[in-house]
Amino acid sequence: MAIPPRLARTSLATGSDATPRRPINRAPLPWLAAGLPWASIMVMSMVTFSPVIASAPVMPPLAFMTLLGWRMLRPSLLPIWAGLPLGAWDDLYSGQPFGSAIVLWSAAMLAMDVIDERFLWRGFHQDWLAATVLLSGYLLLASAIAGLAAHYLLPLTIGPQWLMTIIVFPVVNRLVALLDRVRLLPLMRL
Amino acid sequence: MARSRDLRPGYSRRAQYGIFTGYVIFAVGVVVGLVALGLSFFDPGAFGFLRGAASEVAAPVGEASSAARRSGGGIIAAITVFFETGRQNLELSREVAGARANAVTARATADENRRLKALLHIVDPAEPPIAAARLIGSTAASARRYAVIDVGSARGVRAGQPVRGAAGLIGRVVETSPDTARVLLVSDAANVVPVRRAGDGLPGFVQGSANGRIDIRLLTMGNNPLHAGDVFVTSGSGGIYPPGVPVAVVAAPRRDGAEGRLAADPGATDYVIVLPVFKADAVAAMAASVKAAGPPPKDDN
Repeated sequence: MAIPPRLARTSLATGSDATPRRPINRAPLPWLAAGLPWASIMVMSMVTFSPVIASAPVMPPLAFMTLLGWRMLRPSLLPIWAGLPLGAWDDLYSGQPFGSAIVLWSAAMLAMDVIDERFLWRGFHQDWLAATVLLSGYLLLASAIAGLAAHYLLPLTIGPQWLMTIIVFPVVNRLVALLDRVRLLPLMRL
Repeated sequence: MARSRDLRPGYSRRAQYGIFTGYVIFAVGVVVGLVALGLSFFDPGAFGFLRGAASEVAAPVGEASSAARRSGGGIIAAITVFFETGRQNLELSREVAGARANAVTARATADENRRLKALLHIVDPAEPPIAAARLIGSTAASARRYAVIDVGSARGVRAGQPVRGAAGLIGRVVETSPDTARVLLVSDAANVVPVRRAGDGLPGFVQGSANGRIDIRLLTMGNNPLHAGDVFVTSGSGGIYPPGVPVAVVAAPRRDGAEGRLAADPGATDYVIVLPVFKADAVAAMAASVKAAGPPPKDDN
Protein backbone atom coordinates (compact mmCIF):
# COMPACT_ATOMS: atom_id res chain seq x y z
CA MET A 1 0.00 0.00 0.00
CA ALA A 2 1.14 3.50 -0.77
CA ILE A 3 -0.44 4.99 2.34
CA PRO A 4 2.34 5.96 4.76
CA PRO A 5 2.01 4.38 8.21
CA ARG A 6 1.41 7.75 9.91
CA LEU A 7 -1.66 8.37 7.79
CA ALA A 8 -2.87 4.82 7.93
CA ARG A 9 -3.15 4.82 11.69
CA THR A 10 -5.76 7.56 11.85
CA SER A 11 -7.39 7.47 8.45
CA LEU A 12 -9.05 4.13 9.21
CA ALA A 13 -10.56 4.30 12.63
CA THR A 14 -10.04 1.43 15.01
CA GLY A 15 -11.22 0.58 18.48
CA SER A 16 -13.53 3.09 20.11
CA ASP A 17 -13.29 5.43 17.12
CA ALA A 18 -15.03 3.04 14.80
CA THR A 19 -18.76 2.95 14.28
CA PRO A 20 -20.15 0.84 17.10
CA ARG A 21 -22.29 -1.62 15.15
CA ARG A 22 -19.94 -2.30 12.31
CA PRO A 23 -20.23 -5.66 10.61
CA ILE A 24 -16.92 -7.44 10.76
CA ASN A 25 -16.72 -7.93 7.00
CA ARG A 26 -17.13 -4.22 6.21
CA ALA A 27 -14.59 -1.39 6.20
CA PRO A 28 -14.59 2.27 5.13
CA LEU A 29 -13.73 2.99 1.51
CA PRO A 30 -10.03 3.94 1.48
CA TRP A 31 -10.36 6.71 -1.13
CA LEU A 32 -13.33 8.23 0.70
CA ALA A 33 -11.60 8.02 4.07
CA ALA A 34 -8.46 9.69 2.75
CA GLY A 35 -9.98 12.05 0.18
CA LEU A 36 -13.07 13.53 1.81
CA PRO A 37 -11.15 16.07 3.96
CA TRP A 38 -9.30 17.38 0.91
CA ALA A 39 -12.43 17.43 -1.22
CA SER A 40 -14.51 19.20 1.43
CA ILE A 41 -11.93 21.97 1.84
CA MET A 42 -11.64 22.42 -1.92
CA VAL A 43 -15.41 22.63 -2.32
CA MET A 44 -15.55 25.24 0.45
CA SER A 45 -13.02 27.31 -1.53
CA MET A 46 -15.49 27.42 -4.39
CA VAL A 47 -18.27 28.96 -2.32
CA THR A 48 -17.48 32.24 -4.13
CA PHE A 49 -19.63 30.83 -6.91
CA SER A 50 -22.65 30.88 -4.60
CA PRO A 51 -25.71 32.99 -5.42
CA VAL A 52 -24.48 35.88 -3.27
CA ILE A 53 -22.66 38.63 -5.16
CA ALA A 54 -21.17 40.57 -2.29
CA SER A 55 -20.20 44.23 -2.31
CA ALA A 56 -18.17 43.91 0.90
CA PRO A 57 -16.21 41.11 2.58
CA VAL A 58 -19.02 39.44 4.49
CA MET A 59 -18.52 35.73 4.01
CA PRO A 60 -16.40 33.92 6.61
CA PRO A 61 -13.33 32.17 5.15
CA LEU A 62 -15.15 28.83 5.07
CA ALA A 63 -12.36 26.84 3.43
CA PHE A 64 -9.81 27.90 6.04
CA MET A 65 -12.31 27.15 8.83
CA THR A 66 -12.90 23.68 7.40
CA LEU A 67 -9.15 23.11 7.31
CA LEU A 68 -8.90 24.08 10.97
CA GLY A 69 -11.88 21.87 11.78
CA TRP A 70 -10.25 18.81 10.22
CA ARG A 71 -6.93 19.64 11.82
CA MET A 72 -8.53 19.81 15.25
CA LEU A 73 -10.72 16.74 14.85
CA ARG A 74 -8.08 14.45 13.31
CA PRO A 75 -4.68 15.99 14.08
CA SER A 76 -2.58 13.76 11.83
CA LEU A 77 -5.00 13.25 8.97
CA LEU A 78 -3.82 16.26 6.99
CA PRO A 79 -0.05 16.39 6.51
CA ILE A 80 1.71 19.54 7.65
CA TRP A 81 2.31 20.58 4.03
CA ALA A 82 -1.43 20.53 3.25
CA GLY A 83 -1.38 24.34 3.16
CA LEU A 84 0.60 24.29 -0.10
CA PRO A 85 -1.87 22.51 -2.42
CA LEU A 86 -5.05 23.56 -0.62
CA GLY A 87 -3.93 27.17 -0.24
CA ALA A 88 -3.01 27.34 -3.91
CA TRP A 89 -6.47 26.06 -4.82
CA ASP A 90 -8.11 28.63 -2.54
CA ASP A 91 -6.03 31.45 -4.05
CA LEU A 92 -7.45 30.65 -7.46
CA TYR A 93 -10.96 31.47 -6.26
CA SER A 94 -10.63 33.88 -3.35
CA GLY A 95 -9.50 37.00 -5.25
CA GLN A 96 -6.56 37.44 -2.90
CA PRO A 97 -3.15 37.86 -4.55
CA PHE A 98 -1.86 34.40 -5.50
CA GLY A 99 0.26 32.96 -2.72
CA SER A 100 -1.40 34.59 0.25
CA ALA A 101 -3.39 31.52 1.27
CA ILE A 102 -0.40 29.22 0.64
CA VAL A 103 1.66 31.19 3.16
CA LEU A 104 -1.10 31.83 5.69
CA TRP A 105 -2.51 28.29 5.64
CA SER A 106 0.98 26.77 5.98
CA ALA A 107 1.65 29.12 8.89
CA ALA A 108 -1.62 28.03 10.47
CA MET A 109 -0.69 24.35 10.14
CA LEU A 110 2.61 25.08 11.89
CA ALA A 111 0.83 27.09 14.56
CA MET A 112 -1.54 24.18 15.16
CA ASP A 113 1.51 21.95 15.61
CA VAL A 114 2.80 24.33 18.28
CA ILE A 115 -0.62 24.51 19.93
CA ASP A 116 -0.76 20.71 20.01
CA GLU A 117 2.66 20.66 21.59
CA ARG A 118 1.88 23.25 24.27
CA PHE A 119 -1.71 22.46 25.16
CA LEU A 120 -2.07 18.72 25.18
CA TRP A 121 -5.46 18.53 26.83
CA ARG A 122 -8.00 20.65 25.06
CA GLY A 123 -11.77 20.73 25.21
CA PHE A 124 -14.35 22.47 23.06
CA HIS A 125 -13.75 25.89 24.59
CA GLN A 126 -9.98 25.74 24.27
CA ASP A 127 -10.32 24.61 20.66
CA TRP A 128 -12.67 27.50 19.97
CA LEU A 129 -10.25 29.93 21.61
CA ALA A 130 -7.34 28.60 19.55
CA ALA A 131 -9.46 28.87 16.41
CA THR A 132 -10.44 32.43 17.36
CA VAL A 133 -6.81 33.45 17.65
CA LEU A 134 -5.85 31.77 14.38
CA LEU A 135 -8.88 33.07 12.46
CA SER A 136 -8.40 36.64 13.72
CA GLY A 137 -4.77 36.57 12.64
CA TYR A 138 -5.77 35.09 9.30
CA LEU A 139 -8.43 37.72 8.58
CA LEU A 140 -6.15 40.59 9.61
CA LEU A 141 -3.18 39.39 7.57
CA ALA A 142 -5.32 38.48 4.57
CA SER A 143 -6.87 41.94 4.44
CA ALA A 144 -3.44 43.52 4.94
CA ILE A 145 -2.09 41.53 1.98
CA ALA A 146 -5.11 42.50 -0.13
CA GLY A 147 -4.51 46.15 0.83
CA LEU A 148 -0.85 45.92 -0.16
CA ALA A 149 -1.82 44.44 -3.51
CA ALA A 150 -4.32 47.24 -4.13
CA HIS A 151 -1.64 49.87 -3.34
CA TYR A 152 -4.18 51.58 -1.15
CA LEU A 153 -4.68 51.44 2.57
CA LEU A 154 -7.94 49.55 2.99
CA PRO A 155 -9.98 50.64 5.97
CA LEU A 156 -10.58 47.86 8.43
CA THR A 157 -13.82 46.46 7.10
CA ILE A 158 -13.45 43.00 8.55
CA GLY A 159 -15.39 43.70 11.78
CA PRO A 160 -18.69 42.07 10.82
CA GLN A 161 -16.87 39.31 8.95
CA TRP A 162 -14.70 38.63 12.00
CA LEU A 163 -17.69 38.37 14.32
CA MET A 164 -19.50 36.11 11.87
CA THR A 165 -16.41 33.92 11.52
CA ILE A 166 -16.00 33.40 15.25
CA ILE A 167 -19.68 32.60 15.76
CA VAL A 168 -19.90 30.25 12.80
CA PHE A 169 -16.76 28.25 13.64
CA PRO A 170 -18.49 25.70 15.94
CA VAL A 171 -21.07 25.11 13.22
CA VAL A 172 -18.29 24.37 10.73
CA ASN A 173 -16.77 22.11 13.35
CA ARG A 174 -20.02 20.15 13.60
CA LEU A 175 -20.18 19.94 9.84
CA VAL A 176 -16.67 18.51 9.78
CA ALA A 177 -17.65 15.98 12.45
CA LEU A 178 -20.63 14.97 10.31
CA LEU A 179 -18.36 14.56 7.29
CA ASP A 180 -16.04 12.49 9.43
CA ARG A 181 -18.87 10.05 10.12
CA VAL A 182 -19.64 9.89 6.39
CA ARG A 183 -15.95 9.33 5.73
CA LEU A 184 -15.87 6.29 8.00
CA LEU A 185 -19.11 4.67 6.82
CA PRO A 186 -18.38 0.95 6.34
CA LEU A 187 -19.23 0.73 2.66
CA MET A 188 -16.55 -1.65 1.41
CA ARG A 189 -17.07 -5.40 1.64
CA LEU A 190 -13.88 -7.09 2.72
CA MET B 1 -8.49 14.95 24.24
CA ALA B 2 -4.76 14.46 24.21
CA ARG B 3 -3.08 13.96 20.92
CA SER B 4 -1.28 10.72 20.34
CA ARG B 5 2.44 11.32 20.11
CA ASP B 6 2.76 10.12 16.55
CA LEU B 7 5.52 12.64 15.86
CA ARG B 8 7.93 10.26 17.67
CA PRO B 9 7.26 6.97 15.95
CA GLY B 10 9.92 4.97 17.77
CA TYR B 11 12.58 3.10 15.84
CA SER B 12 10.83 2.89 12.49
CA ARG B 13 13.22 4.63 10.11
CA ARG B 14 10.55 4.79 7.44
CA ALA B 15 8.14 6.65 9.69
CA GLN B 16 10.88 9.01 10.89
CA TYR B 17 11.84 9.86 7.31
CA GLY B 18 8.16 10.32 6.47
CA ILE B 19 7.74 12.96 9.16
CA PHE B 20 10.99 14.67 8.21
CA THR B 21 9.96 14.76 4.53
CA GLY B 22 6.66 16.30 5.59
CA TYR B 23 8.46 19.21 7.21
CA VAL B 24 10.75 19.60 4.20
CA ILE B 25 7.75 19.82 1.86
CA PHE B 26 6.17 22.26 4.29
CA ALA B 27 9.24 24.55 4.17
CA VAL B 28 9.30 24.33 0.38
CA GLY B 29 5.61 25.20 0.37
CA VAL B 30 6.14 28.33 2.45
CA VAL B 31 8.96 29.45 0.17
CA VAL B 32 6.85 28.79 -2.93
CA GLY B 33 4.00 30.75 -1.37
CA LEU B 34 6.22 33.73 -0.52
CA VAL B 35 7.72 33.77 -4.02
CA ALA B 36 4.25 33.57 -5.57
CA LEU B 37 3.06 36.36 -3.30
CA GLY B 38 6.00 38.55 -4.27
CA LEU B 39 5.38 37.84 -7.95
CA SER B 40 1.72 38.73 -7.70
CA PHE B 41 2.61 42.03 -5.98
CA PHE B 42 4.85 43.07 -8.83
CA ASP B 43 2.74 41.62 -11.61
CA PRO B 44 -0.88 41.13 -10.54
CA GLY B 45 -1.69 39.30 -13.78
CA ALA B 46 1.09 36.75 -13.33
CA PHE B 47 -1.25 33.94 -12.32
CA GLY B 48 -4.16 35.08 -14.43
CA PHE B 49 -4.04 32.01 -16.65
CA LEU B 50 -4.40 29.72 -13.61
CA ARG B 51 -7.28 31.76 -12.24
CA GLY B 52 -8.89 31.73 -15.68
CA ALA B 53 -8.66 27.95 -15.89
CA ALA B 54 -10.08 27.65 -12.38
CA SER B 55 -13.10 29.81 -13.10
CA GLU B 56 -13.70 27.88 -16.32
CA VAL B 57 -13.98 24.76 -14.17
CA ALA B 58 -16.42 26.38 -11.77
CA ALA B 59 -18.47 28.34 -14.30
CA PRO B 60 -21.32 25.77 -14.58
CA VAL B 61 -21.77 25.93 -10.78
CA GLY B 62 -21.89 29.69 -10.93
CA GLU B 63 -24.44 29.66 -13.73
CA ALA B 64 -26.68 27.29 -11.81
CA SER B 65 -26.48 29.41 -8.68
CA SER B 66 -27.07 32.55 -10.70
CA ALA B 67 -30.30 31.01 -11.96
CA ALA B 68 -31.16 30.12 -8.34
CA ARG B 69 -30.56 33.72 -7.29
CA ARG B 70 -32.99 34.92 -9.93
CA SER B 71 -35.69 32.34 -9.31
CA GLY B 72 -35.42 32.72 -5.52
CA GLY B 73 -36.78 36.23 -5.86
CA GLY B 74 -39.28 35.06 -8.45
CA ILE B 75 -41.13 32.43 -6.42
CA ILE B 76 -42.98 34.86 -4.15
CA ALA B 77 -43.71 37.11 -7.09
CA ALA B 78 -45.13 34.13 -8.99
CA ILE B 79 -47.46 33.24 -6.12
CA THR B 80 -48.79 36.79 -5.74
CA VAL B 81 -49.27 37.05 -9.48
CA PHE B 82 -51.40 33.91 -9.42
CA PHE B 83 -54.01 35.68 -7.30
CA GLU B 84 -53.97 38.87 -9.32
CA THR B 85 -54.05 37.44 -12.81
CA GLY B 86 -57.51 38.65 -13.82
CA ARG B 87 -57.05 42.23 -12.79
CA GLN B 88 -53.56 42.28 -14.20
CA ASN B 89 -54.78 40.91 -17.52
CA LEU B 90 -57.23 43.81 -17.85
CA GLU B 91 -54.60 46.35 -16.93
CA LEU B 92 -52.07 44.90 -19.33
CA SER B 93 -54.42 44.81 -22.28
CA ARG B 94 -55.26 48.45 -21.65
CA GLU B 95 -51.56 49.23 -21.44
CA VAL B 96 -50.77 47.37 -24.65
CA ALA B 97 -53.39 49.38 -26.50
CA GLY B 98 -51.81 52.59 -25.20
CA ALA B 99 -48.30 51.40 -25.95
CA ARG B 100 -49.21 50.47 -29.50
CA ALA B 101 -50.25 54.04 -30.16
CA ASN B 102 -47.07 55.32 -28.54
CA ALA B 103 -44.94 52.92 -30.57
CA VAL B 104 -46.29 54.34 -33.81
CA THR B 105 -45.47 57.83 -32.63
CA ALA B 106 -42.00 56.74 -31.51
CA ARG B 107 -41.32 55.12 -34.87
CA ALA B 108 -42.25 58.30 -36.61
CA THR B 109 -40.00 60.29 -34.28
CA ALA B 110 -37.10 57.90 -34.80
CA ASP B 111 -37.58 58.14 -38.53
CA GLU B 112 -37.55 61.90 -38.35
CA ASN B 113 -34.49 61.79 -36.12
CA ARG B 114 -32.64 59.64 -38.61
CA ARG B 115 -33.43 61.99 -41.43
CA LEU B 116 -32.36 65.02 -39.43
CA LYS B 117 -29.12 63.31 -38.39
CA ALA B 118 -28.35 62.40 -41.96
CA LEU B 119 -28.98 66.02 -42.81
CA LEU B 120 -26.53 67.23 -40.17
CA HIS B 121 -23.95 64.47 -40.86
CA ILE B 122 -23.88 63.45 -37.21
CA VAL B 123 -22.30 60.06 -36.72
CA ASP B 124 -24.00 58.00 -34.06
CA PRO B 125 -21.26 57.49 -31.45
CA ALA B 126 -23.01 54.61 -29.76
CA GLU B 127 -21.26 51.34 -30.52
CA PRO B 128 -22.90 47.97 -30.11
CA PRO B 129 -21.93 46.14 -26.92
CA ILE B 130 -19.46 43.29 -27.19
CA ALA B 131 -21.37 40.69 -25.23
CA ALA B 132 -24.12 40.20 -22.70
CA ALA B 133 -23.19 38.09 -19.70
CA ARG B 134 -24.32 36.78 -16.38
CA LEU B 135 -22.57 37.55 -13.09
CA ILE B 136 -21.64 34.09 -11.81
CA GLY B 137 -19.41 34.73 -8.82
CA SER B 138 -17.73 37.22 -6.56
CA THR B 139 -14.99 37.28 -3.94
CA ALA B 140 -17.16 37.47 -0.86
CA ALA B 141 -14.52 36.48 1.68
CA SER B 142 -11.66 38.67 0.47
CA ALA B 143 -11.08 42.38 0.89
CA ARG B 144 -10.59 42.74 -2.87
CA ARG B 145 -13.75 43.09 -4.95
CA TYR B 146 -13.81 40.94 -8.07
CA ALA B 147 -16.72 39.35 -9.87
CA VAL B 148 -16.71 36.65 -12.54
CA ILE B 149 -18.87 36.79 -15.67
CA ASP B 150 -19.62 33.91 -18.00
CA VAL B 151 -18.30 35.25 -21.28
CA GLY B 152 -14.63 35.50 -22.17
CA SER B 153 -12.09 36.03 -24.88
CA ALA B 154 -13.93 33.58 -27.16
CA ARG B 155 -16.65 36.24 -27.50
CA GLY B 156 -14.22 39.13 -27.92
CA VAL B 157 -13.98 40.24 -24.30
CA ARG B 158 -10.59 41.82 -23.56
CA ALA B 159 -8.99 43.23 -20.42
CA GLY B 160 -9.86 46.89 -19.90
CA GLN B 161 -13.36 46.81 -21.30
CA PRO B 162 -16.06 48.42 -19.14
CA VAL B 163 -18.97 46.34 -17.81
CA ARG B 164 -22.36 47.83 -17.02
CA GLY B 165 -25.66 46.58 -15.71
CA ALA B 166 -29.12 47.99 -16.35
CA ALA B 167 -28.84 50.45 -13.45
CA GLY B 168 -25.27 51.61 -13.96
CA LEU B 169 -21.58 50.84 -14.09
CA ILE B 170 -20.37 47.52 -12.60
CA GLY B 171 -16.63 47.67 -13.26
CA ARG B 172 -14.09 46.75 -15.88
CA VAL B 173 -12.61 43.49 -17.12
CA VAL B 174 -9.13 42.71 -15.77
CA GLU B 175 -8.52 39.11 -16.81
CA THR B 176 -10.06 36.85 -19.40
CA SER B 177 -10.11 33.17 -20.15
CA PRO B 178 -11.90 31.60 -23.15
CA ASP B 179 -15.31 31.43 -21.44
CA THR B 180 -15.06 33.53 -18.29
CA ALA B 181 -13.74 36.94 -17.37
CA ARG B 182 -12.80 38.55 -14.08
CA VAL B 183 -14.30 41.99 -13.43
CA LEU B 184 -12.78 44.56 -11.07
CA LEU B 185 -15.87 46.06 -9.41
CA VAL B 186 -16.30 49.79 -8.92
CA SER B 187 -16.24 49.17 -5.16
CA ASP B 188 -12.66 47.85 -5.26
CA ALA B 189 -10.10 50.27 -3.86
CA ALA B 190 -7.89 49.91 -6.93
CA ASN B 191 -10.64 51.02 -9.32
CA VAL B 192 -10.78 54.78 -9.89
CA VAL B 193 -13.57 56.06 -12.14
CA PRO B 194 -13.66 59.64 -13.47
CA VAL B 195 -17.18 61.03 -12.99
CA ARG B 196 -19.23 64.20 -13.21
CA ARG B 197 -22.41 65.25 -11.47
CA ALA B 198 -25.40 64.50 -13.66
CA GLY B 199 -26.98 67.92 -13.23
CA ASP B 200 -24.15 70.37 -13.81
CA GLY B 201 -21.08 68.39 -14.81
CA LEU B 202 -19.14 69.00 -11.57
CA PRO B 203 -16.03 66.83 -12.10
CA GLY B 204 -14.65 64.33 -9.64
CA PHE B 205 -13.71 60.70 -9.29
CA VAL B 206 -15.05 57.67 -7.52
CA GLN B 207 -12.91 55.19 -5.63
CA GLY B 208 -14.02 52.03 -3.86
CA SER B 209 -13.42 51.58 -0.16
CA ALA B 210 -13.89 47.80 0.01
CA ASN B 211 -16.80 47.93 2.45
CA GLY B 212 -19.51 48.23 -0.18
CA ARG B 213 -19.55 52.01 0.01
CA ILE B 214 -17.51 54.21 -2.30
CA ASP B 215 -15.69 57.51 -1.89
CA ILE B 216 -16.61 60.42 -4.15
CA ARG B 217 -13.82 62.99 -4.37
CA LEU B 218 -14.08 66.30 -6.19
CA LEU B 219 -11.41 67.85 -8.36
CA THR B 220 -12.38 71.34 -7.22
CA MET B 221 -11.30 72.67 -3.84
CA GLY B 222 -13.33 74.92 -1.61
CA ASN B 223 -16.60 74.37 0.16
CA ASN B 224 -18.34 71.14 -0.56
CA PRO B 225 -21.30 71.55 -2.93
CA LEU B 226 -22.56 67.97 -2.61
CA HIS B 227 -25.96 66.96 -1.26
CA ALA B 228 -27.37 63.57 -0.44
CA GLY B 229 -29.04 62.15 -3.53
CA ASP B 230 -26.75 63.75 -6.13
CA VAL B 231 -26.18 61.33 -8.99
CA PHE B 232 -22.74 60.93 -10.55
CA VAL B 233 -22.24 59.54 -14.05
CA THR B 234 -19.05 58.62 -15.90
CA SER B 235 -17.43 61.59 -17.59
CA GLY B 236 -15.62 59.73 -20.33
CA SER B 237 -12.23 61.19 -19.42
CA GLY B 238 -9.53 58.58 -19.19
CA GLY B 239 -10.97 56.98 -22.29
CA ILE B 240 -12.05 53.70 -20.74
CA TYR B 241 -15.63 54.24 -19.61
CA PRO B 242 -18.16 55.70 -22.04
CA PRO B 243 -19.70 58.94 -20.72
CA GLY B 244 -23.13 59.09 -19.14
CA VAL B 245 -23.27 55.75 -17.31
CA PRO B 246 -24.58 56.18 -13.74
CA VAL B 247 -21.96 55.24 -11.15
CA ALA B 248 -22.82 56.52 -7.70
CA VAL B 249 -25.40 58.33 -5.61
CA VAL B 250 -24.24 60.58 -2.76
CA ALA B 251 -25.25 59.05 0.59
CA ALA B 252 -23.53 61.31 3.12
CA PRO B 253 -21.56 64.46 2.22
CA ARG B 254 -18.29 64.86 4.09
CA ARG B 255 -15.81 67.70 4.51
CA ASP B 256 -14.05 66.73 1.30
CA GLY B 257 -16.22 64.88 -1.15
CA ALA B 258 -18.80 62.39 0.00
CA GLU B 259 -19.57 58.82 0.81
CA GLY B 260 -21.66 57.25 -1.93
CA ARG B 261 -23.79 54.26 -2.75
CA LEU B 262 -23.32 52.28 -5.94
CA ALA B 263 -25.87 53.06 -8.63
CA ALA B 264 -25.83 49.41 -9.69
CA ASP B 265 -25.47 46.97 -6.81
CA PRO B 266 -23.74 43.87 -8.24
CA GLY B 267 -25.78 41.72 -5.84
CA ALA B 268 -29.05 42.88 -7.42
CA THR B 269 -27.80 42.56 -10.99
CA ASP B 270 -28.33 39.42 -13.06
CA TYR B 271 -27.24 40.36 -16.53
CA VAL B 272 -24.52 42.77 -17.51
CA ILE B 273 -23.18 43.91 -20.85
CA VAL B 274 -19.54 44.29 -21.79
CA LEU B 275 -18.92 47.52 -23.70
CA PRO B 276 -16.01 48.34 -25.98
CA VAL B 277 -13.33 50.62 -24.56
CA PHE B 278 -14.62 54.16 -25.14
CA LYS B 279 -11.52 55.59 -26.84
CA ALA B 280 -9.34 52.53 -27.36
CA ASP B 281 -6.81 54.34 -29.59
CA ALA B 282 -6.31 57.08 -27.01
CA VAL B 283 -5.90 54.60 -24.15
CA ALA B 284 -3.36 52.58 -26.16
CA ALA B 285 -1.46 55.74 -27.13
CA MET B 286 -1.39 56.90 -23.53
CA ALA B 287 -0.13 53.53 -22.28
CA ALA B 288 2.56 53.55 -24.98
CA SER B 289 3.70 57.04 -24.08
CA VAL B 290 3.82 56.16 -20.38
CA LYS B 291 5.94 53.14 -21.25
CA ALA B 292 8.21 55.22 -23.50
CA ALA B 293 8.72 57.85 -20.81
CA GLY B 294 10.04 55.27 -18.38
CA PRO B 295 9.65 55.32 -14.61
CA PRO B 296 8.84 58.67 -12.98
CA PRO B 297 11.83 60.67 -11.65
CA LYS B 298 12.48 60.42 -7.94
CA ASP B 299 11.57 63.37 -5.73
CA ASP B 300 14.59 65.35 -4.68
CA ASN B 301 13.04 67.23 -1.80
